[in-house]
Amino acid sequence: MRNPVRLATGLLATSLLASNLALTMPSTANAASPSAKDIQEGKALAFSRKEGNCLACHMIPGGQQAGDIGPPLIAMKARFPDRQKLFNIIWDSHKYFPGPANIMPPFGRNHILTKHQINLIIDFLYTH
Amino acid sequence: MKTIRSISAVVATSLMLIPMVSLAGSQPNPEQDLKAFRQYFEQRFPNTPFKDFSNGSFAKGIGSPGAISQWQSMEEFPPYDFAVAKGKKLFNTPFPNGKTYASCFPHGGIGIAQNYPYVNNKTGQVVTIETAINACREKNGLKPLPWLKGDLADISAYMFSTSDGKAVNVKTPSTPAELKAYETGKKIFYTRRGKLDMSCAGCHTYHSGQRLRAQTISPTLGLVVSFPAYRAKWGALGTIDRRFIGCNKNTQAKPFKPQSTEYRDLQYFLTYMSNGLPINAPQWRP
Ligand code: HEC
Ligand code: HEC
Repeated sequence: MRNPVRLATGLLATSLLASNLALTMPSTANAASPSAKDIQEGKALAFSRKEGNCLACHMIPGGQQAGDIGPPLIAMKARFPDRQKLFNIIWDSHKYFPGPANIMPPFGRNHILTKHQINLIIDFLYTH
Repeated sequence: MKTIRSISAVVATSLMLIPMVSLAGSQPNPEQDLKAFRQYFEQRFPNTPFKDFSNGSFAKGIGSPGAISQWQSMEEFPPYDFAVAKGKKLFNTPFPNGKTYASCFPHGGIGIAQNYPYVNNKTGQVVTIETAINACREKNGLKPLPWLKGDLADISAYMFSTSDGKAVNVKTPSTPAELKAYETGKKIFYTRRGKLDMSCAGCHTYHSGQRLRAQTISPTLGLVVSFPAYRAKWGALGTIDRRFIGCNKNTQAKPFKPQSTEYRDLQYFLTYMSNGLPINAPQWRP
């Protein structure tokens, strides 16, 4: 019941994303070689209750009091070799996971995090 | 990699179970909704006896054993006893005209909280214990009390305490006014709102029993039957509106007004969904 719907929406999302690419391209500066400071800032954003608060729902190595609502954010480089895809999920996860059970906030779409902040979080996530 | 696969598989399986009350349904059918709803939670928490759902995230099979035993020890010497005693005193204190709250309620207000909320078919409005208490005051020439805490929460908690253990008994919505309130409450429960784009159901249905940071999310079945509740965070009793406002604020959605049509309809929907559960209010909460 659910899968065809998900697939169809997935396709739709992909075409929507293609037209939005210019808007949501990750900045290549971060992608190339993040500094230790970038990584530290990304970690602070991901762990902070006020900002990313990814720990509310995801286990992340090194994080305390993590929730278990979303999948653990581990082996990120291996699982998400495509940085753009990871960026897009954080920007608006609803395009990838359209079901009612997805409560991950659309961080970019709803201006919770800036493009730059999302990139810093990715720099950090790619360290493990 | 393997663990990740199996985790997503678990997530996927739990999604398949969603029999939920669908929003798109053409003909409202509360009775059928209720059946599907219960079944969903019974499947999701196979080790939780039905009556335990009254205890929210501290129910057997839902919270961690450590959290449950902390809650049990708080319930042994409850910090809300004083407030309930105060509520009883206020309830029994005559108004300047000599009448008391008892004059406004069936059975003098004792042991009736399980029948609330209900819809007044003349006004089309949902009547909660809290609105009834304030209506009683106004009828007797007194100002209404503030909705969220203080005397109103104490009186309401006392009234609920006299229904301790009685099964929630909201009449099945069937008249046009009842169905309208029911549908509105249901819609509010399932609609995403606010900057974080979350619905009540997102957390309390689809992720109930899971942890948001260190907090176990309580299931929708039983969500309202512990209110008014005493929260350590508040250091006092608070009404259900106070908790609704808290969850709305936490998800950066603009709260509705206390005892607004929206919150009363929401409370009506949620309480109907908890029909049959024993009233257990107030309860201690972190
Ligand atoms: C309120 C809950 C919540 C918060 C906060 C949250 N997420 Fe999520 N996240 C989820 C859920 C639920 C899923 C799974 C969605 C699905 O499969 O339907 C998910 C999925 C993901 C995925 C895909 C994972 C995979 O293995 O497929 C990534 C990547 C992700 N989140 C990153 C983040 C980052 C980074 C943050 C913080 C900036 C964050 N999330 C904050 C709930 C959350
Ligand atoms: C981001 C997740 C989230 C969302 C969205 C959310 N809540 Fe909550 N809610 C919680 C958590 C966590 C608690 C505290 C633990 C618990 O469930 O008792 C809580 C507690 C409650 C309680 C108290 C339960 C008890 O037994 O003490 C009520 C009632 C409640 N929420 C209703 C709602 C309603 C109604 C909405 C929507 C308007 C809503 N919540 C939206 C996470 C959420």
